[in-house]
Amino acid sequence: MTKLVHRLGWPGTLALGIVVLFVLVAILAPWIAPYPAQGAGAPNVIAKLRPPSADYWLGTDHLGRDILSRIIYGTRVSLTNGVLIVAFSLLIGLPVGLAAGYFGGWVDEALMRGTDVFLAFPALLLAVLMAAALGPGFLNSIIAVAVTWWPWYARLARAEVLVLRGQPYVEAARLAGVSHPRIILRHILPATGRPLTVQAALDVGPALLTAAALSFLGLGVLPPTADWGQMVDAGRKFFPARWWYSAMPGLTIFIVALAFSVLGDALRERKGGAARASH
Amino acid sequence: MELLRYILRRMILSAFVVVGVTFLVFIVAQVVPSDPAALYAGPRPTAEQIEKARQELNLDAPLPARFATFAGAMASGDFGISYKSRRLIAEDLRAYLPATLELAVFSTGLALLIGIPLGVVAAARQGRWPDRLGSLGSIAAVAMPTFFLAMLLQLVFAQWLGILPLSGRLSREISIAAPLPVVTNFAMIDALLAGRLDAFVDAVKHLILPALTLASYPAGVAMRLTRSAMIEILERRHVVAARALGLSEPRILFGHALPNAMGPALTVIGLSFAYALTGAVLVEIIFAWPGLGRYVSEAILAKDFPVIAAVTMVVTICYVAMNLLIDIAQALVDPRVALS
Amino acid sequence: MPLIDIRDLSVSIPTPDGDVHAVRSVSLEIERGEIHGVIGESGCGKTMTGMAVLGLVPKGARITAERFHFDGEDLREKAQSLRGRHIGLISQDPAAALNPVLSIARQMDDVIRAHRDLPRKARRAEAASLLAATGLPDPERVLKSYPHQLSGGMQQRVVIAQALATGADFLIADEPTTALDVSVGAQVLALLRRLVAERGLTVLMITHDMDVIAEACDRATVLYAGRSVETGPVEAVLNRPGHPYTRALLAALPDAAPHGARLAAIEGSIPPPRSAIAGCAFAPRCPQAMPVCAAEPPPERVRGTHRWLCHLPEDAA
Repeated sequence: MTKLVHRLGWPGTLALGIVVLFVLVAILAPWIAPYPAQGAGAPNVIAKLRPPSADYWLGTDHLGRDILSRIIYGTRVSLTNGVLIVAFSLLIGLPVGLAAGYFGGWVDEALMRGTDVFLAFPALLLAVLMAAALGPGFLNSIIAVAVTWWPWYARLARAEVLVLRGQPYVEAARLAGVSHPRIILRHILPATGRPLTVQAALDVGPALLTAAALSFLGLGVLPPTADWGQMVDAGRKFFPARWWYSAMPGLTIFIVALAFSVLGDALRERKGGAARASH
Repeated sequence: MELLRYILRRMILSAFVVVGVTFLVFIVAQVVPSDPAALYAGPRPTAEQIEKARQELNLDAPLPARFATFAGAMASGDFGISYKSRRLIAEDLRAYLPATLELAVFSTGLALLIGIPLGVVAAARQGRWPDRLGSLGSIAAVAMPTFFLAMLLQLVFAQWLGILPLSGRLSREISIAAPLPVVTNFAMIDALLAGRLDAFVDAVKHLILPALTLASYPAGVAMRLTRSAMIEILERRHVVAARALGLSEPRILFGHALPNAMGPALTVIGLSFAYALTGAVLVEIIFAWPGLGRYVSEAILAKDFPVIAAVTMVVTICYVAMNLLIDIAQALVDPRVALS
Repeated sequence: MPLIDIRDLSVSIPTPDGDVHAVRSVSLEIERGEIHGVIGESGCGKTMTGMAVLGLVPKGARITAERFHFDGEDLREKAQSLRGRHIGLISQDPAAALNPVLSIARQMDDVIRAHRDLPRKARRAEAASLLAATGLPDPERVLKSYPHQLSGGMQQRVVIAQALATGADFLIADEPTTALDVSVGAQVLALLRRLVAERGLTVLMITHDMDVIAEACDRATVLYAGRSVETGPVEAVLNRPGHPYTRALLAALPDAAPHGARLAAIEGSIPPPRSAIAGCAFAPRCPQAMPVCAAEPPPERVRGTHRWLCHLPEDAA
């Protein structure tokens, strides 16, 4: 514990704690939600739009469902969203970046100019266009964001490979006639993988934020599945008179995104790396 | 000379990117959706209606031919007609684009005005309370969901304090009782052209909250980028030399170190502009701002793909053009950029 | 009264791993109108001594001294206000000392404006005349340039002109020729000599190069491991060096070695800057070291104005 605090500093440790807490909440949702059925979507019409109270700590929504339970269930959607967006993006971006950096020449030129096209879009707009074309839904919204997200990893992976490619042991392997796929798998991927994984883990926060924006626009999961962004949007009709409906899920998104952000800063500061503005 | 070659190179690359963007938009808007013809034909179409729509939309032609038609139409500014309203999209854009640009320009200005001085101060007082407070604020600004911040600002400034309007672009007293003659569609400019100070003040008041919402994220990024750039610059020898030459500390900070940080500042302009253009989708809904964002969000619900494609194209081209201008500005500010 | 009068100066910088003793015990007297060379290997504390005079030590650094005076004023209190007005700096690497994104005109103007209340036109004329005084052939063209458009020698002349623009009569030149070609460096040294003669300047010349001492300086002080170990007129220091370290430095000069012979590099390395030193810091590397050298601080040997610290008797030198 003290070692952790020493490495991350107090804010970083606290942020890590919050992230871990939310992961636990997502896993344990049915057991810790005060009203699991409502969390999963069952209406409770006798208690519509109640303010926060002892029974409903964070109030209820327009169908009388406990907002705390909805938020707890929504954790599952939001975290999976964030993780899957990043995972899909890595799945596309990593091979593209590896190939571009390793082979260089026209392969590099073609792949990176293609990447430029994706980066030329204001990210959220492309995601909106994608999501609209695919139709709303959990998986579709993830694909829509991943489409705008992967070029960052392609660039990152390429930059890492360019450094590695000049390393003597890679040169040696190449001269010894080791095949390209083997060199990439054995020598390059492991060394590129680590910094990229750290970056990707930290990107879960911003990814989740973008996914929330999409579901706020009605392009995320479909009701009755609980989702933070969609809850904020649904609560808007009752805002500001029933402020808790929008404010509670909104605050939750803010806290999670903040935790990832602080954690990222703490890690970067210790490593002395440069900050990347991702959006 | 190097500068000219550099600018030319950037322009060619941008042109290439625009072609790529057009292709991507074409694919997503015309190929991915399952059946555009059914959408075009209107609600509950008959088989003949759909077939007629297929022919009208030229959906049976081979893909390259369809792309050529699409790209040609985009290039000539013919964005087709909206599935939903059957209006010319180009006309709608003329009405909505100025409102969004107004928002984008003001929020970008606001972001720089807030972020850069804070970054300079934080760097100058590195590790002390102004720095810690500023850094905390910038992290919070970056992590804040746009739509949530928008609602918070409405709650505080419109609902509780009542000093700024909740939403809209002009008050009813102006837009209905004494409407402005539409010249440019930029409310402020139109108000000034008409010599209507009341309308101008009203327009500014309406702009503050949405612009502030959109400025928060880029202001946070601007602060962080400026701070880290300044910290690095303040350790350089020419800053030590400037101190040794007896220059005052504000002069060193703002006159000597900050010009070296213009690179990051310009980067922020591009980022902020992009953020404003996309964040507009969220912010314009919440503030009932009659711009491209609200236009496109309505199109999303109606699956009005020509509109979505047109807005995506126009906004992306604005963004690419902005980035091109920034690249050129970078090279002008720092003559070494063009050499690399 | 000497212009610079430093007695037993020390500068230590606290770090998480213990204090770094950048300067342990430096004594320095510089008379008006002389070019005083301070020579030593990197890490000997010569640059930090200069920075201490300018009041530009790193944050948190501790300065102690028996005397630390400039023109009778205590530098511990007055360095900030003397810097730029009476004390100027000529930096090591002129390319780094000039702001890359500002024109020379703007950089000259900023300095002149900080020190004199002149109208814009007069400042411009003053800038041009200062550049001309440093031997730059076309001052107007230089004023319009950016640093990267000038050669190293021209950049160094601009840096010198900036130092002159402050009106300072005491300049600290920190390795002013290291970043330059030999011939350009020689021109810059000649320029400094001329400016000293014409304008009555005083210069503290920080260098690691005995040639610079021989070429440009009137007096010299040798620093080793943060201590001044020898000081005197340049002829005396070069021709009859007192301290074994000075002799080793001279022996390491290329032209001191017979043709074809290997350079006589000094064996060993300087003591780590965090460690405490009991006796003579050079003892572990000294070819003539005696048991007493490692145990007790060496006494001062005096021959006129030539002084050094060594356990070896004076006639052994």
